Amino acid sequence: MSDSHAIASIEVGHGEHAAGHGEHPAYLRHHFVSMEQQNETTSFGMWLFLLTEIMFFGGLFTAYLIYRNWYFPAFVAASHTLNLLEGSLNTLVLITSSFTMAMGVWCAETKRSKGLVWSLIATLILGLGFLGIKADEYHEKYVLHHIPGTTFNAQGFVHPSAEALKDGEKALAPDMAARTEVYFSLYFAMTGMHALHMIIGIVLLCGMLWKASRGGYMNGHIAFVENFGLYWHFVDIVWIFLFPLLYLISRHQ
Amino acid sequence: MSESYKDHDVNAGHPEDEQHIVSPKVYFIIFLALLLGTALTIGASFLEMGPWNPVVAIAIACIKATLVVLFFMHIKYSSKLMKLTVGAGIFTFLILVGMSLSDYMSRAWGQW
Repeated sequence: MSDSHAIASIEVGHGEHAAGHGEHPAYLRHHFVSMEQQNETTSFGMWLFLLTEIMFFGGLFTAYLIYRNWYFPAFVAASHTLNLLEGSLNTLVLITSSFTMAMGVWCAETKRSKGLVWSLIATLILGLGFLGIKADEYHEKYVLHHIPGTTFNAQGFVHPSAEALKDGEKALAPDMAARTEVYFSLYFAMTGMHALHMIIGIVLLCGMLWKASRGGYMNGHIAFVENFGLYWHFVDIVWIFLFPLLYLISRHQ
Repeated sequence: MSESYKDHDVNAGHPEDEQHIVSPKVYFIIFLALLLGTALTIGASFLEMGPWNPVVAIAIACIKATLVVLFFMHIKYSSKLMKLTVGAGIFTFLILVGMSLSDYMSRAWGQW
């Protein structure tokens, strides 16, 4: 039986629904059978992209764990210089922004224009807040000469009392103290790549907010909002792992 | 012909599944669970648990990440294709990281 015959017989079979099925939305691309298939395809593609991102950050995590195993005392001492309060605050800010983004997706799904705009504004403010706190932490590293490169100075780890990094900090031998630069290299690589993802996300968020504030995404075509939501939650997941690895797991050694 | 088409049409049986909308209540509960997990992991870092500190921290992080993937990222309500894709990706990730780590850790075995 030919395809055209098959389609014809389907239309006869679903005659009573012909009006509903016949006029498909303009945003349904012609090569998809249904909106469900189109939505499934776009989120499938988004997930494939996110999986490559997971592999990318996984490489950094693996490098971190291997070097932590090799230069353990240096990694412990360097980890103690991080600002736990700001790190915890940033975790709070990012989780909250993930929640507001999830609410944004819900507002788009249920066609609540105002709710979507306010959710996106909240997500934007929280994202910028995260970067602000991160910038303050980076500045702290700059003041302490803990940014890898020509200005890097590990003397504080050889004579901890002199710089008063932390009370009761054990002094490191000069060669091990120099390895703290490896920790800070990985710290800046990991948090820097994470921050870059945040910045890209914020740029996309601004574009989405501009469109939403003009009544966009209210016709049921919300693939962009949903896939951006996936991206934003992924960035949140990366931080969920970065925070304990960089800030927490070395606190007691 | 139309009968056999119905059997294979994913929309035919359950048109209401076209898009599952997760309610704000679920989002809020997951949000609270994530906040609780953050509090727990910070609290656990103040306890002296020796080699268990990293294990507990990473276990809590895995639970938090799973909640985000299942609910915020809708995988719990997604099709089998999506579940399989995410599962296969995480499985591959664990193989890559796990085998790299076991190689590096075991080369200097006994020399710590």
